[in-house]
Amino acid sequence: MSAPVMAGKPKQRRGDLVFSGAAKTAGLLILVALAGVAIFLTIEGAPAFNAPPSALGGKANFLAYVWPFVFGTLLAAFIALVIATPLALGVALVISHYAPRRLSKSLGYVIDLLAAVPSVVYGLWGIGFLGLELVPVYEWLEQHAGWIPFFAGPASSTGRTILTAGIVLAIMVLPIITAITREIFAQTPTLQQEAALALGATRWEMIRLAVLPYSRSGIVSAVMLGLGRALGETMAVAMVLSASGVVTFNLIGTVNPSTIAANTVLQFPESTGLKVNALIASGLVLFVITFAVNFAARAIVARSEKGLK
Amino acid sequence: MSAVAHIPLTHPRLPRWAPWLVTAVAGAASALLAMSIGWGVTGWAVAAVLIYTVALPAWSRVVENRRAAKDRLLTTLVWVAFAIALIPLVSLIWKVVEEGAPALSAEFMTYSMRNVVGEGGGIYHAIMGTLVITAAAAVISIPIGVMTAIYLVEYGGRSKTARTITFLVDVMTGIPSIVAGLFAYALFVLFFGEGIRLGIGGAVALSLLMVPVVVRSCEEMLKLVPHDLREASYALGVPKWRTIIKVVLPTSLAGIITGITLALSRVIGETAPLLIIAGSTDSLNLNLFNERMQTLPVFIYYSYTQPGVPPSFGQERAWGAALVLILIVMTLNLLARAIGRYFAPKTGR
Repeated sequence: MSAPVMAGKPKQRRGDLVFSGAAKTAGLLILVALAGVAIFLTIEGAPAFNAPPSALGGKANFLAYVWPFVFGTLLAAFIALVIATPLALGVALVISHYAPRRLSKSLGYVIDLLAAVPSVVYGLWGIGFLGLELVPVYEWLEQHAGWIPFFAGPASSTGRTILTAGIVLAIMVLPIITAITREIFAQTPTLQQEAALALGATRWEMIRLAVLPYSRSGIVSAVMLGLGRALGETMAVAMVLSASGVVTFNLIGTVNPSTIAANTVLQFPESTGLKVNALIASGLVLFVITFAVNFAARAIVARSEKGLK
Repeated sequence: MSAVAHIPLTHPRLPRWAPWLVTAVAGAASALLAMSIGWGVTGWAVAAVLIYTVALPAWSRVVENRRAAKDRLLTTLVWVAFAIALIPLVSLIWKVVEEGAPALSAEFMTYSMRNVVGEGGGIYHAIMGTLVITAAAAVISIPIGVMTAIYLVEYGGRSKTARTITFLVDVMTGIPSIVAGLFAYALFVLFFGEGIRLGIGGAVALSLLMVPVVVRSCEEMLKLVPHDLREASYALGVPKWRTIIKVVLPTSLAGIITGITLALSRVIGETAPLLIIAGSTDSLNLNLFNERMQTLPVFIYYSYTQPGVPPSFGQERAWGAALVLILIVMTLNLLARAIGRYFAPKTGR
């Protein structure tokens, strides 16, 4: 007796075809949307590239117009990451390894609340509270650390400086970095951790030997995602920063660099004609920068994942 | 033989209460210092933490060994980082409640700002605008997001299309909100001409921000569904699409709803795209396809930066609206978790 022969391809059911087709269409729609962002920003931004200086805030060409904002964007994001990264790793370690297990879930929730606060509320808090609180600190820095170019002063009397904006940004990116890193810390194989402890490692040695190497790529991607948020964050910077669009490394002064996003949102409601095109073109520049950052982050993650396997 | 017997099997340890003793000593020493120099509470706290950070590892170095001292130092630093991260949250919530609570009243919640100069008026128009625009964004992005996640997990596999979509969704998570707003404006300006302001534009911009969050969280949740469940369903002759709808989705429903709610709570507070494409108005407008719509975040921004004369009323309304916005977002967050727990599959544990 021979087994029944299964000939040809299995029959495709209509329900399967429709469902998989719908799923694939949704996925492709996302690609279309992303391409649409680039295309529409280019279409509407293109006129700015040969716009007269009157539409570019008196600058000769678009590059000269957008460069100070690019500088400010990078500076603010850099300050934010310098502050946020060590804090975020500490917080993530507390939640994943240091806090008692019962407590760690609610601690994680408290940190998630930081991410839930809308950026406009951070702006409100930054301008109405944090900036004012920091004024004495800035005055102290100007007096005692004024020889460092970063703190040359004269110190702002409102506290609405690029450093304040960087601090607010740091608070906003901290929960993002924490959320990703703590997931990865928690995923570290328990056997490896227990093996380290069994060999007599202290808790910190266990973390350094078992947890951190395992989560290196995760940390990099988390920081990169934080960078993406810091680069594009708009309202908090627009409200906190008293911006004049200069290029300076003085972090506590009265004249501060502006960021692309903040400048756009401040200028857009009152702009018409070619000025709108110039703002959209600067948005395109921001899009390209964040795209590049994310691209780099993903490339690093992909490479290190390959290395782990 | 006797040499071996003299190697101690334990090394000296600090007593369990050592951290508490050092805390007390550091607090007292710092209080003395603060009183003699005249610092406030902040100075006292900073000095106390510094003294603790130095003293405990130093004591440990003397009694225990270098490795234990390092461990104690790092433990302290990690907890200090956590405490520092909490300061802004506590301060922000305290400040918003303190400034915002006096503004809340029945009139504040039920009146718009139409023809209001100075005192009075409310945020009814802004709340409704926020709800309508966010709901429209949800209607656009939830089907796209969930279906994409299903494609990536169930159908795409390791195909080139699936990998491209995964990669670009990751990139999309990083799109700044302002760019989403500019995109919506650039899109609608082609059809409606310069200076266009529409509520639906805001919804389009928000869904651009919301879709990747929904995709990512749904994808994670679908991946968590054990493969055995799918295999069991296939073995019973159930088609793949019914397996997905009847087995995979219900199993991961809790996580998906939690992810969607968290995505909603993220976009409901977005300001920049709405400022650009939905604009600002003092009147109630519930029509997504006609004229400007006010939203809570935009209301907060304009009330604080252009408060009118005298500025105190506008700024009080800004803080009040900020408190309402935070309450909405927190409620959504709590809801997400409650739903997640309620619908969670019974694991028998």
